[in-house]
Amino acid sequence: MPVPLLELEDVEARYGAIRALHGISLQVGEREVVSVLGANGAGKTTTLRAISGTVRRSGGLRFDGSRLPRSPEAVARLGIAHVPEGRGTFDELTVDENLELGAFTRRDRAGYERDVKEVIEHFPWIAERRDQQAGLLSGGEQQMLALARAFMARPRLILVDEPSLGLAPRIVKQIFDVLRSWIDEHGMSALVVEQNANVALEHSERAYVLEVGRVAVEGTAHELRGNETVRKSYLGY
Amino acid sequence: MADVLQQIVSGIASGGVYALLALALVLIYRSTGVVNFAQGEMAMFSTFICWELLDRGVPYWIAFFLTLVISFVGGVLIERLVIHVVSRAQALTVVTVTIGLLIFLNGAAAWIWKGEQRTLENPFPTRTFDVGGVVIAAQDLGIIAVSLVIVALLWVFFQKTRVGLGARAAALNPESSRLHGVPVSRMLALGWGLAAVLGAVAGILVAPTQGSFDQNFMLPILIFAFAAAVLGGLDSPVGAVVGGVAVGIALNLIGTYIDFFADLRLPAGLLLILVILLLRPSGLFGRRIARRV
Repeated sequence: MPVPLLELEDVEARYGAIRALHGISLQVGEREVVSVLGANGAGKTTTLRAISGTVRRSGGLRFDGSRLPRSPEAVARLGIAHVPEGRGTFDELTVDENLELGAFTRRDRAGYERDVKEVIEHFPWIAERRDQQAGLLSGGEQQMLALARAFMARPRLILVDEPSLGLAPRIVKQIFDVLRSWIDEHGMSALVVEQNANVALEHSERAYVLEVGRVAVEGTAHELRGNETVRKSYLGY
Repeated sequence: MADVLQQIVSGIASGGVYALLALALVLIYRSTGVVNFAQGEMAMFSTFICWELLDRGVPYWIAFFLTLVISFVGGVLIERLVIHVVSRAQALTVVTVTIGLLIFLNGAAAWIWKGEQRTLENPFPTRTFDVGGVVIAAQDLGIIAVSLVIVALLWVFFQKTRVGLGARAAALNPESSRLHGVPVSRMLALGWGLAAVLGAVAGILVAPTQGSFDQNFMLPILIFAFAAAVLGGLDSPVGAVVGGVAVGIALNLIGTYIDFFADLRLPAGLLLILVILLLRPSGLFGRRIARRV
């Protein structure tokens, strides 16, 4: 891999006195989809939070060659969009206002309008429901809206936390397909956390398996599918 | 009938003042999650600043806008230096701090301005209009007009601007807002600045109607503003305006037709707060968000 877009080196993170990451190292290249797998409590969500700055962390975190800032606002301005656990929907605001918030770091009005159109091409239902209160959307719709909000920032890297959680397989496939086509069209990279290893490996180039805050296995999606332990513990066959 | 209409118009005027203060309470409640007990004293302090400027010969409208600017900066500083420090503490701690702020501002004003009765210049003519038998005071119209303009400006800011949207988002979901690059902390300070400006306008409008004022003149008015905010729903800006006007009209009408009521205005305000909190804590327009999971 050439110079990675995102590089974590021996990153630790803690919630108060409890250490959640014990030194994670991983890389995400340009235009790559990388997934992070592992059981509950392995540190998947914390890994994303360490990158976006929403948890106290230490160690080497580099984005596009320079150190990642500490505050989430500053990380967002660098072009890292985080679709968080729980989707981060602004319940009381309209779908439109949610999209506008996604583009908060941008100033170009024309580009914004163009991107709203493009997001609607991927998620046509949005066109009919722009004035609706976002809290009224279904779980799947809120997940798509969260992705759309992230796209609106025109990020260089998108962090997605458990996109498949509680959703029907058809919707999960749609979400990953859209993610892929946005990457192809706009040259973005993605780091996806997933408990559903089958889905994740199917849609990513490489993957890391976490166990209690450490990287246990890493490799291409193909290699991991062939790995005995990974198959038994995470893929279930 | 003309008499009733007359009382309603002057009720709307005092209601406009309650609405501005109630809006300030709602603004801070939505973003900080606490009721700001110092809101009245912040308004009182601003009123004294305006008085001081006028006393030194500054022309009225320049003094007015200068006071708003100073109040904004003061509100931001209060958030940065006091509220922000305890922002991670429990709501009760923050509430206690606002009560401390109330006592501090009251004491500081009494010290700086000697606790004397002052008279604030009235910007509106003292004449009245006769509209089909209904006598309307120019001052009431002026207060209503200024309140409307302020409410409209606030609405435009929050609904139509990028920063306004960011401020609303920061209050609703700070965590998610941060991930979108919204400077949440600065938005909270902005909210306190705007609340201070609302209070300043309310204080400057209401002081001349009372003849004279001292450092305690805002306390009863804050009770009615509380009643207005609670009636409308503590987290609803629309509710604050509707509640303010409703409380203003109700107090005026009851006061006109029930002789002994003048002395019972404050207890009535408190009773209203109590009844609403017991029967309908979310008020008329308070948040009951529909949500599918």
